[in-house]
Amino acid sequence: MYKTNKPVLALLLGGLGGLVAASMSAHAAGPKAEVMHWWTSGGESAAVAKFAEAYRAAGGVWTDTAIAGGDQARSVAINRMVGGNPPTTAQFNISRQFQDVVEQDMLNNVDDVAAKENWDKTLPEPIRNVLKIKGHYYAVPVNIHMPAWIWYSKSAFKKAGIDKEPATPDELFAALDKLKAAGLIPLAHGGQAWQETIVFMAMLANVGGKDLYLSVMRDRNVTAMNSEAFRKVLLSFKRLRSYIDTASPGRNWNDSTALLIKGAAGMQIMGDWALGEFVAAKQVAGREYGCMPGLGPKAPYLIQGDAFVFPKTANPETIKAQKLLASIVVAPGPQLEFNKLKGSIPIRNDLDVTQLNLCAQTGLEIMKDKSRHAGIGEIYLTPDQNGALTDVLTAYWNTNMAVEKAQKNIIAALKN
Amino acid sequence: MSLTVVFGYLATLLWTLKISLSSSRTLPVNNFVGLIQYERLFDNERWLLSLNNLAIYGVLFILACVIIGFLLAVFIDQNVTGEGVLRTIFLYPYAMSFVATGLVWQWMLTPGVGIQEGIRQLGFKDFQFNWIVDQDMVIYTVVIATVWQASGLVMAMLLAGLRGIDDDIWKAARMDGIPTWRVYLSIIIPMLAPSFATVFLLLATAVVKLFDAVEAMTQGGPGTASEVPAKFIMDHLFGRANLSLASAGAIMMLLPVLALLIPYAYARARKGKR
Repeated sequence: MYKTNKPVLALLLGGLGGLVAASMSAHAAGPKAEVMHWWTSGGESAAVAKFAEAYRAAGGVWTDTAIAGGDQARSVAINRMVGGNPPTTAQFNISRQFQDVVEQDMLNNVDDVAAKENWDKTLPEPIRNVLKIKGHYYAVPVNIHMPAWIWYSKSAFKKAGIDKEPATPDELFAALDKLKAAGLIPLAHGGQAWQETIVFMAMLANVGGKDLYLSVMRDRNVTAMNSEAFRKVLLSFKRLRSYIDTASPGRNWNDSTALLIKGAAGMQIMGDWALGEFVAAKQVAGREYGCMPGLGPKAPYLIQGDAFVFPKTANPETIKAQKLLASIVVAPGPQLEFNKLKGSIPIRNDLDVTQLNLCAQTGLEIMKDKSRHAGIGEIYLTPDQNGALTDVLTAYWNTNMAVEKAQKNIIAALKN
Repeated sequence: MSLTVVFGYLATLLWTLKISLSSSRTLPVNNFVGLIQYERLFDNERWLLSLNNLAIYGVLFILACVIIGFLLAVFIDQNVTGEGVLRTIFLYPYAMSFVATGLVWQWMLTPGVGIQEGIRQLGFKDFQFNWIVDQDMVIYTVVIATVWQASGLVMAMLLAGLRGIDDDIWKAARMDGIPTWRVYLSIIIPMLAPSFATVFLLLATAVVKLFDAVEAMTQGGPGTASEVPAKFIMDHLFGRANLSLASAGAIMMLLPVLALLIPYAYARARKGKR
C-alpha cells in the first residue's frame, strides 16, 4: 500500500531528509555510515563518540546526525525512510516503536549478527521478544536501562535516622514518614507525566509483584486490572504523592536529582541515567548516595534500552556499512566503553565489569537472574497505548480522581 | 501563486482529511475506516479537557487583550511625553519568542522562587501565589502570560485606528459638551469597528493555535490540567505514532477557524459587490 503512495509522500516528506543528507561528505574511502541518534547531552555524546572511534578504527567513515529529542529524531528517521533517502542506521528505543516500520517492510534484518552473537541464548527475554518480529531480528540492542531505580541520599537517611535500605513497601513508607518528620522532602519527584509513569511502574512491580506486573503490562488482562491487588497498587502509587514538595509540578528529573545531591531530599525513583548527575557532582555510589534496583532481593528488574535499526536498501556499499556497524556496536570493547559513559549496562554478560560503578555492577549481577527480568511498559505496549496510559496516570496523580475511575480508565486505555 | 495555494494548502488539507479517515499509525496508510478516529477523539478525556481549556482561555485572552490594548492605545493617544519609548516597551513582548519568555514566566510563577518568594521576602510571610501548580488555576497563568505578550500588538493596531480619526470629530464633540468617555463609547469605538475586527481575527487564530506558551510554561501539567488541542495533536503525531488520531484532531481545529473566516470573507465579498 505504501508503495503506490510513494511519489506523493516523497514530495511531501522528502524535503527535510534531503537537507540533512546534503551535509554528508561526498567522497571518502571505506564503508560510509550515517548514524542518526538523539544522544546529545554531554555524557551521551561522549559515549556515542566511542562507537564512532571504533567504527573509524575498523576502516569506516562515520557521519554523525544527532537530533535532540527522541520524538523528533524518530520522526525524522521515519520521514527519510518514507521519502526514500534513509540514514544508514537510526536509533530507536528497545520497544515497539519500530514495529509499524517492520510491518511495512522497510528495515533490513540483522539475523547474521544475531546468529553470531547467539542472541537466542544471551539476550534477556523481554528484549529478545521485542527485537524479534516474525522470526527475524530487526534491531541491534546497544545498552540496557533500568528506569525504576530508587535513589537515596545517605546524609538524608542519616538525618532521619533510617539505618537500613527499605526492603518492603511497608518499610518504604515508614522511611518516607521518617524523612518527612525530619523536615526533608521525602520523595524528590519531578511532576511531569512520563516521570509519574515511571513511579507507577515501580509501584506496580514492587507492590504488585512480577505476576501482576506482567498480567497488566504484557497481557493487558482485564481481570487483573479489576483486581483488589491492582487497586492496592494504585492506592500506594497515589499515597506517594503525600511525600512530594509543592514545587514538584513540571520540575525536570535532573533538578530532582540535584535535591538528593544537596541532601535536601531523601529519595527519587528514576532511571539509571540519574547516575550521570551524581558522577558530575563528584559523588560516589555507596558513600554519598545509594541505589536500590527495587524493594527486596526478589524485586522485578525492569528493562528498557536503546537499539539501532537498519533501513532497507539495495546498495551493496550501504549494506556493507550496516553490517560493519552492527558488528561493532555489540563488540566487547565498544560495549564497555559506551555503557561506562552512558550510565547504562552492556547487553553482553561476558565482560570485565570491574570498570563499571557500583550501581551498574549491581544491575549486571541482577541481569543474571532471569526470574527477575521484566520489560518496561514500552516493551509490551504500542506508543499509542503507552501514551494513553500515561494520560490516565498523570490525571489520577494530580487530581482527586477516584481509584475506581482510574482503574476503569486504565482498562480503556490499554484496550485498543 | 495559485499553484502554491493548490499544493501547499489544499492538497495538504485533503491529505490530512484522508489520513484522519484511515487507521494510520506510525506511517500513513491508504485504507478507509470511516469516522472511527473522530469517535475515539471525542471519547478521549484529555481531548475534551483540551477543548474546555481552549474555550476558557479563548474568551479570557481575547477580552483581556482587547480591553488592555484599547486602554493603552487611548492612554498613549493623549500626547504623553516619551510616546515612542512607551510604544516600544508595550510592543516589545510581541517581538520575543514564547519559548524564551515562557520559561521566564514559568520561573516567576513557580512557588518557592519568583513572585511568591519575592513578596514573602517583603514581609508578607503567608502570601500565596501558586496558580501554576494548581489544577484549577493553571490555565489562568497561561492567560496572564500570553496577554502580557499580545496586548501590545492590540495597542499598536488600535492606536493606528485612533490616529486615523479626524480631529474635527473631537472638536465638534467638545463644542457640544459631551464628556470624553461618552465620545469614546458612542463615537470612537464604533468608528474603530474595522480595526477591532482585524484584532479579533488575529487573536482568535492565536487562540486556536495556542501551543508554545503551554509547552514552555507547564507542558500541559500539572497532570493534564492545562492541555490544549494543538499539544494533543503534536503529541499524537510524534511521540505516540498515531497519525490518524492526530489528523482527526487537526481537522477539528480547522473548523472553528473556518467558522470565523467564512462569514468574514462572505461579508467582504458582499461589500465589494455593492
